[in-house]
Amino acid sequence: MKKISLIIKREYLTRVRKKSFIIMTILGPILMASLMIVPIFIAQMSDETKTIAVVDETGLIYNQLPQTDNLKFEYLITDITTAKKIFLNSNYYALLYVPKSIINNQAAYNRPISPILFSGYQPSLNIKMFIANSIKKEFETARLEASGIDPNVLKSIEMKVDITTTLLKESGKKEESSNSEISTALSIFSGILIYMFIFMFGAQVMRGVIEEKTSRVVEVIISSVKPFQLMMGKIIGIAMVGLTQFCLWIILTLIIITFFKFSFPNIFDLGRMQEIISNPQASQMTMQNIDQIEKTHEVLQGIASINFAVMIISFIFFFLGGYLLYAALFAAIGAAVDSEADTQQFMAPITIPLIFSVIMAQFVINNPNGPVAFWLSMIPLTSPVIMMLRIPFGVSYIQVAASAFLLILGFLFTTWFAAKIYRTGILMYGKKINYKELWKWLTY
Amino acid sequence: MELLKVNDVNKQFGGFKALDNISISISEKNIYGLLGPNGAGKTTLIRIINQITGPDSGELFFKGAKLNQKHIKVIGYLPEERVLYKKMKVGEQALYFAQLKGLTRYDALTKLKYWFEKFELQAWWNNKIEELSKGMQQKVQFIITILHEPELLIFDEPFSGFDPINVNLIKNEILNFRDKGATIIFSTHNMASVEELCDNIALINKAKKILEGSVTDIKQKYKSNIFEISYKGGKEEINRATNNNIEILETTGNNGLCSVKIKLKNNIKTNDLLQLLLPHIQIQSFNEILPSMNDIFIQRVENDKVIN
Repeated sequence: MKKISLIIKREYLTRVRKKSFIIMTILGPILMASLMIVPIFIAQMSDETKTIAVVDETGLIYNQLPQTDNLKFEYLITDITTAKKIFLNSNYYALLYVPKSIINNQAAYNRPISPILFSGYQPSLNIKMFIANSIKKEFETARLEASGIDPNVLKSIEMKVDITTTLLKESGKKEESSNSEISTALSIFSGILIYMFIFMFGAQVMRGVIEEKTSRVVEVIISSVKPFQLMMGKIIGIAMVGLTQFCLWIILTLIIITFFKFSFPNIFDLGRMQEIISNPQASQMTMQNIDQIEKTHEVLQGIASINFAVMIISFIFFFLGGYLLYAALFAAIGAAVDSEADTQQFMAPITIPLIFSVIMAQFVINNPNGPVAFWLSMIPLTSPVIMMLRIPFGVSYIQVAASAFLLILGFLFTTWFAAKIYRTGILMYGKKINYKELWKWLTY
Repeated sequence: MELLKVNDVNKQFGGFKALDNISISISEKNIYGLLGPNGAGKTTLIRIINQITGPDSGELFFKGAKLNQKHIKVIGYLPEERVLYKKMKVGEQALYFAQLKGLTRYDALTKLKYWFEKFELQAWWNNKIEELSKGMQQKVQFIITILHEPELLIFDEPFSGFDPINVNLIKNEILNFRDKGATIIFSTHNMASVEELCDNIALINKAKKILEGSVTDIKQKYKSNIFEISYKGGKEEINRATNNNIEILETTGNNGLCSVKIKLKNNIKTNDLLQLLLPHIQIQSFNEILPSMNDIFIQRVENDKVIN
């Protein structure tokens, strides 16, 4: 036991001290935090104010286009030629020209009307869409009035539908609002992360074994410890590297998010948003701003509704289980070959189930409690990824326990299997290994 | 007293027989040469003694007790190639291997300090192995092998990669260990060092032991009545004096001083030869030429080929 802990310590320390580990540890949380913060931040960020000059020959939109925080309109009462000259000598972002001819074209109902937007740069799609929508509204209103329909009547008919999803729990438990978009995002994120972790650290085990084999360090070590101790020491040491990285990521991500919460309290203030949403008149905000806040609020509430403790614990468990299962196989491959170039033919049976589970992700997310999702989350080779995909949608404890149990059985089996190949392969040099040979080692 | 006994050991890899009924016995405080051409099975035998692999059949005894995991602590193994983690720091690595052999951290550090000073390696403690020269790496490997002061030391080609000064340094350390009571197994192709260091040898060829014994005995056994005589006089004089009882193999020198290599014929004894010679020439030296281990090695291995 003392020797195994020496091996674990060496594997752990040499890897944790590597530059690549430190860089990954710093980059990871920045990426994760930016995944969470940037969308909120962007939704809130006010652009510099852009002013668009408008030349309206129809008189229909004069002083009618809605102003926003970062988009203003100025109406020029002049002809378009002069307006162009003014535009060139001013700070206007663009020049909107609604020619008279548009009204004449109105007779031809199915043809789109086409105002012209002159600008120095290619205007952004958002601005184009915004202007198009606003003009559409004004023209429609004009047409409604022409047909004798009161626009106020129309407004009173308009409705908005926004479905709130709520998980129904057994009586007595508090109902939680849920957010399927957030669940989906989290599900994909954690599924991919577990896939990446298993692959990254599994491959590290393999590379470590190959390094020891080709440098023949293994001969000196095997004269002091048993091959199984060396293999397990390496696997456990690298598992701890993985866990360290994950925990550091979580902690650093939290630090970054907290830092942003303090620096920009408004953005994350759920209470204030609630107030604005329930009483939009009092807050003196434009409809668009309230829309934005509503969206941010939804995202934040979705994030708040996730049980992060459950997510983190299950991630750690399924990472460890999946990693142990695959790492033993990776170690066996490393022991069987002479160089990394020879690993290809043996990698396929290991990578296929892993890649398959990622391919099935879309399917599982569409029906997280269907039979395919269920069975894939029971089979140990696919369960780590598939279970992580399912957990954000809620999985019964019995299923999680069954899956966990099968995963433990699975890794005990692969470790036993891998140890047999490892102990023969690690001292075998210069021999081209095929599956027949491996089978011999197993029964040896 | 017998330190290690190998009894009828067999080892097979697939269809290839690596060791065929090998038995050797190594006595304490001895330097034992394990000789043989490449691929003869030496490394396999060394691995079995190190318990890296087990034999298919046969037994090994260490001081009369069956060889087991406890003996790992008292065996040190220097592999032929430098086998160290290239990216790991020298000191850390030496400490790691010492602890794997069962030394405590404190003991290991004290001993490492002594040996690093002796081998002038202190300055490299914090360097990575890959930054060291071949010779220095080999020194580190040597220290790792002997640090836990094992009773049995196994050296596989210990001098490869060293300059003559360091060869002497290592040679003296090996002899020191022998004098302090360690037993040494010495696997090499360098026959000169075998003659210089080994007390006993075993010659293994094609998985079989074909020769065993003390170096002096073996040389005696393989001598072929060749002598070197230096005398004052001309080249022809020796022929005239011996009446065709000798065969002259080689003559050097000129009229002043002659040196000839001769082979005795007709079962003539050295004393008879001298009696024949003394009246005619003035002898300066008379030596028996024993075969070198190199010659014996080649002769035995070549013979083996003919038989098979």
